[in-house]
Amino acid sequence: MAKKESTLTQLVITLTLIALLAGVALAGVYSLTKDPIEAAQLQKKKDAINKVLPGFQGELKDYTCTVDGDKDPVTVSLAYQDDQLCGAAIETYTNKAFSGRFDIMVGLDAEGKVLGTAILKHSETPGLGAKIEDEGSHFIQQFKGMNPAETPLKVKKDGGEVDAITAATISSRAFCDAVNRAVAAYNKVKEENHE
Amino acid sequence: MSKLNILTKGFFKENPVLVLVLGTCPTLAVTTSVKNALGMGLATTFVLLMSNALISLLKNVIPDKVRIPSFIVIIATFVSMIDLLIQGFAPALASSLGIFIPLIVVNCIVLGRAEAFASKNTVGDSILDGIGMGIGFTIALTIIGSIREILGSGSFLDHKFIQGDGILIFVLAPGAFLVFGFTVALVRYLQSKKKAKAEN
Repeated sequence: MAKKESTLTQLVITLTLIALLAGVALAGVYSLTKDPIEAAQLQKKKDAINKVLPGFQGELKDYTCTVDGDKDPVTVSLAYQDDQLCGAAIETYTNKAFSGRFDIMVGLDAEGKVLGTAILKHSETPGLGAKIEDEGSHFIQQFKGMNPAETPLKVKKDGGEVDAITAATISSRAFCDAVNRAVAAYNKVKEENHE
Repeated sequence: MSKLNILTKGFFKENPVLVLVLGTCPTLAVTTSVKNALGMGLATTFVLLMSNALISLLKNVIPDKVRIPSFIVIIATFVSMIDLLIQGFAPALASSLGIFIPLIVVNCIVLGRAEAFASKNTVGDSILDGIGMGIGFTIALTIIGSIREILGSGSFLDHKFIQGDGILIFVLAPGAFLVFGFTVALVRYLQSKKKAKAEN
């Protein structure tokens, strides 16, 4: 078959056809993968909630709320056991991290005490700031039982209670910032809903 | 050129990363572990295979003046497909490869093979070329990924064999450049030695 000539009509027809076929093919793959992608994201969220609210079996109600002075909202999932508020799982973030933003999930009990934390996404330096991922470490464990509503969390260098990770003060500070944001959002949502 | 030659030339003789020095951005970025390197290599191989096959099928239908935009649309379609498929069926891989899957679109190996090979050769040869180049890319990534994971994290395929951290710089960006540079140097050295032998 001879090569098609580069006349204007040929160019327009070819590109339109190729783009059209590409669109159809993509639509097909999209509809095929839509459900698995949603399921995977939901599963990831569920796993994180299970980690931060151990043993929780009740019902979750989602709210979004923006803490005063912030640009981006956080998601607060209030946890109800037999219609009684028993805590919340909060998808929070910080912009003060060493490399960009990181997202964590924080579990609180009804009074606002920290039950657990889980990292959702981060890009901290491997070996230094990335130690926030290590769930057994003293740094992560020390948050359990703290109540940031009374005194906002701060690392010891800033006069607070929290032991920072060695050589990763910025990441540790950012982690405190994210937990504080979670508690602030929780209290705000609680107030708005008269709980 | 024999069929076997078309397939195997991408492995070492014309290895896209180590000899042609194409696609260095994903090479430097994703080779922090063997798992990432393999995932990226296989995803790129799939895109290369599909785009080479389709472009050589369509080479007579596409007028010369719009061949590059057409190639890019075809490549972008396959990349978006594999991005969606990985997100849907291998979410763990998707979270570690992240932005680098969509960036296969601008990996110059893919467009390079489309322009230099698939638009001039038969479908069969183009498929072989795509597979060969893809495997070559995967080999190069896996070599660099292994060195960086072993030295940097003290593990291989996530199996740790030392306590604590490795030599962290190998996981960070400078380590990527170091390992990449030394690997290219080694391949060049071996090639020049082979050439000298052939001449004598």
